[in-house]
Amino acid sequence: MTARTNSASLSISQRVAAGLTLLFVGATLFFAVGLSSMAVAHNTAHDTRHSIGFPCH
Amino acid sequence: MIGRVLLAALLAGIAAGLIMGIILHVRLTPLILEAETYETGGHSHDHAADGTTATTEEHTHEAEAWAPADGWQRTLATTATQAMAGAAFAAILAGISLLTGLPITRENGVIWGLCGFLAATVAPAAGLPPELPGMPAGDLLARQVWWVGTIIATGAALYLIATRRETWALALAIFFIGLPHIIGAPAPVTHVSAVPPNLAATFAANAIAANAIFWSLIGIFLGLALNRYAKDAYAT
Repeated sequence: MTARTNSASLSISQRVAAGLTLLFVGATLFFAVGLSSMAVAHNTAHDTRHSIGFPCH
Repeated sequence: MIGRVLLAALLAGIAAGLIMGIILHVRLTPLILEAETYETGGHSHDHAADGTTATTEEHTHEAEAWAPADGWQRTLATTATQAMAGAAFAAILAGISLLTGLPITRENGVIWGLCGFLAATVAPAAGLPPELPGMPAGDLLARQVWWVGTIIATGAALYLIATRRETWALALAIFFIGLPHIIGAPAPVTHVSAVPPNLAATFAANAIAANAIFWSLIGIFLGLALNRYAKDAYAT
């Protein structure tokens, strides 16, 4: 770990924590838009699901 | 810092999703609306066409739930969910980038996007092409599992191809790419459908083409946004 750039540089563990956070947020949104079988979620995202190619109904 | 990377990724994805939303309204929604006129049920969101194995319970449930009315409500719902899908894909790409330590930059953003297109559109489309409402299909959960599994396997293969030169890694990559298709996607009981075949083919081709643009934009915008707001994330 070098301190050559600035104090905001991430350590490896911070970068992994950021990566996991982004993956979690992305997967949650992905589930809500594309996979949730809740009827309201399905109906609202209907045309989006078909267009992206999500398996839909 | 995490907040800054997250915000950059979400905004890049939302921007790509909004542009994809325009393409969708011009090229794809008209085909979906046309297909719905062939559906056997009278209600526009009653998807119980002949040959589907989906449970009737699910469909009675759907008929009762709120659905956006055709017109501005449906357009708004589709645009918003498309932006959410863009944000989801951008966050996942950025997450993979941070975990693997492979930066997404202004220079390589489009390559990241096109890898996303290969993994999330092209590979699953070989088994489950983008389909229109009213077309026969296999069990929904089985298809969702196959679809997500194919994306993960293909993504892992692309990672190996991008980072490794050893023979075993390339062999493993070929195995990961091929495995979902050797297992095979859950097939519909029948291919008989009220939806005209050329309408279905036109939709599949247009959807895949639109997703190529969508994913390219996600990659390009993600590269620009991370370059601008989160360049220091990879400094160590």
